[in-house]
Amino acid sequence: MSTLAIRDLKVSVETKEGTKEILRGVDLTIRAGETHAIMGPNGSGKSTLAYALAGHPKYQVTEGEVTLDGEDVLAMSVDERARAGLFLAMQYPIEVPGVSVSSFLRTAKTAIDGEAPPLRRWVKDVKEAMGQLRMGPEFAERSVNEGFSGGEKKRHEILQMELLKPRFAILDETDSGLDVDALRVVSDGVNRAREATGAGLLLITHYTRILRYIKPDFVHVFVAGRIAEEGGPELADRLEAEGYDRFEQLSA
Amino acid sequence: MTTTTPTALTGATALPLDHSRATADGAHNHGTAPSHSGARETSRGQRRTSFDLEDFPVPTGREEEWRFTPLAPLAPLLAGRVDGNGVRTTVTPAPGVSVEQVSRDDARLGQAGRPGDRAAAVAWASFDTATVVTLPAATPSEEPSEVTSVLVEGVGDAPTAAHLVVRAETGSSGVVVLDHVGQAALTETVEIVAEPGANLTVVSLQGWASGAVHAASHRIRLDEGATVKHVVVSLGGALVRITPDVELVGERGSVTALGLYYADAGQHLEHRLFVDHAVPDCRSRVTYKGALQGEGARSVWVGDVLIRVEAEGTDTYEENRNLVLTDGARADSVPNLEIETGLIEGAGHASATGRFDDEQLFYLRSRGIPETEARRLVVRGFFADLLAQVGVPEVEERLLEQIELELAAVSTPDVSTPAVSTPAVSVREEDVS
Repeated sequence: MSTLAIRDLKVSVETKEGTKEILRGVDLTIRAGETHAIMGPNGSGKSTLAYALAGHPKYQVTEGEVTLDGEDVLAMSVDERARAGLFLAMQYPIEVPGVSVSSFLRTAKTAIDGEAPPLRRWVKDVKEAMGQLRMGPEFAERSVNEGFSGGEKKRHEILQMELLKPRFAILDETDSGLDVDALRVVSDGVNRAREATGAGLLLITHYTRILRYIKPDFVHVFVAGRIAEEGGPELADRLEAEGYDRFEQLSA
Repeated sequence: MTTTTPTALTGATALPLDHSRATADGAHNHGTAPSHSGARETSRGQRRTSFDLEDFPVPTGREEEWRFTPLAPLAPLLAGRVDGNGVRTTVTPAPGVSVEQVSRDDARLGQAGRPGDRAAAVAWASFDTATVVTLPAATPSEEPSEVTSVLVEGVGDAPTAAHLVVRAETGSSGVVVLDHVGQAALTETVEIVAEPGANLTVVSLQGWASGAVHAASHRIRLDEGATVKHVVVSLGGALVRITPDVELVGERGSVTALGLYYADAGQHLEHRLFVDHAVPDCRSRVTYKGALQGEGARSVWVGDVLIRVEAEGTDTYEENRNLVLTDGARADSVPNLEIETGLIEGAGHASATGRFDDEQLFYLRSRGIPETEARRLVVRGFFADLLAQVGVPEVEERLLEQIELELAAVSTPDVSTPAVSTPAVSVREEDVS
């Protein structure tokens, strides 16, 4: 069974005021098939964890380790991490003008599998996944994320998750900016991908509403760059009722 | 990834109004600059044009039209008349297209305007025989146009002049592709005449060997109701300088000028356009895009558009975009728009020069795509809309192949410190309004 293990992870970014430590020692173990929700107030370092795991150059790991089935993830380049089975659904996906969704998806699939997917099967898979995410066929010919609405961008991220079949997916505030209907469509896509692949999920969110559609096995509360509290789904219910107020003194 | 020029100049929809208002106080003029004589030009339309070589002194580099150009490699083409036989020209005409070699006194020469700089005047003063390609008058057919191919093969460094005329007679349509290959030092004139109702596409591909030096004056005349697509693709050569001058002299003429360039280390690729709206109800679209990579890669784009007082109903837009892939490259971009009448449909220009976007790279790589391939995807994407506008499938395929060759040279430049170094990008915008 695949395991993504994060040990004492410390991450800094360079700011105008100098080096700023954002993650101050994160410990987390995710096994295949598990869904972990990471919740916390704004600025607690949730997104930093997501980007640091994906290898964004802005985030400098100063201490700790991340392993995927014993392999050193931090030693891998950004694309090597993806090929090893990590996937990050971004909160703000980047526009790539002139590169069509269909050519992007095929290029990514080929890179991750190490060979081009059989054409007939691939076309069918893409069509089916797009249909289930309520994306019209014209989507395939549009430039990646260019002129997409917020909801379209999120669907496109989950489309990639369904097609690229990662072993571990990090969803960074995938629920933000979605109305109820779009949230359901996107959540269904995440659940399909999880069931089909047995992937482990790291679900980063500020609000509890996405947890009504994607059931977490574990909930971790992030405060000031550390996990302040852990529990089962009932912890999310408690946060829903009480908010993050009782953690305030921790971040002060 | 883009650094746009002042916002007032980039909003396409807002521009016509702004410029119309500006004309209420008199002529609206961007880019007034010293002419070769040292005096201030009041209008691009007043810059000297002449068939007489004596009217153009050897440039010093301080002249407006020469200030970006390295003059040393061009010197043999500027000193005086040249008499080398450094190029071989081979024409493969499409069915029905005629090809002639004619002497200097042929009446069909010199009909598309006069030389506008020393290099063009040297070319005019020097050629012995000219090649005339004629698309005969016809009713436009529904058939896709076949391509007439003009191969200009450089065979040495002897300073050489060449003269080509492409005439699309009344109502004709066709495609002419001009290929420049090999090693040469060439000053070239390409006259393009589109008679009433003609529909002509001319593609000039500069695929020179790495040491070639090439100055070319493309002089384009559109009569009433003519449509011209003019495509310039500059990839090879040490120094290439193309100056397309477009005269819209018949009503309802429409010109689309497209340009694609890819400057590598040490290469200088310069394109200076002038679109002269002299009569009412004409349309012009200028879109040039360039990529630069490597130490000393250099591009210059100057786009002058003049809407004369008579040219009511003009609709014009010009745009230049540059993608700087590595440190040590420099792109200059100077759009100039002069408007002498407020009674126009629209007029606008945009210029943007940006560095390779590290966030795009991160996004693609986070999907498993290796860095080199991700870079190629972004560059291909950058050129995609321009290529789609060429409209001749066989030409588009060839251009794609050529760009792939350029991309194959995209190694992995220094990316150890992404997003922190200051690019050597220069964005120039001349606006004295």
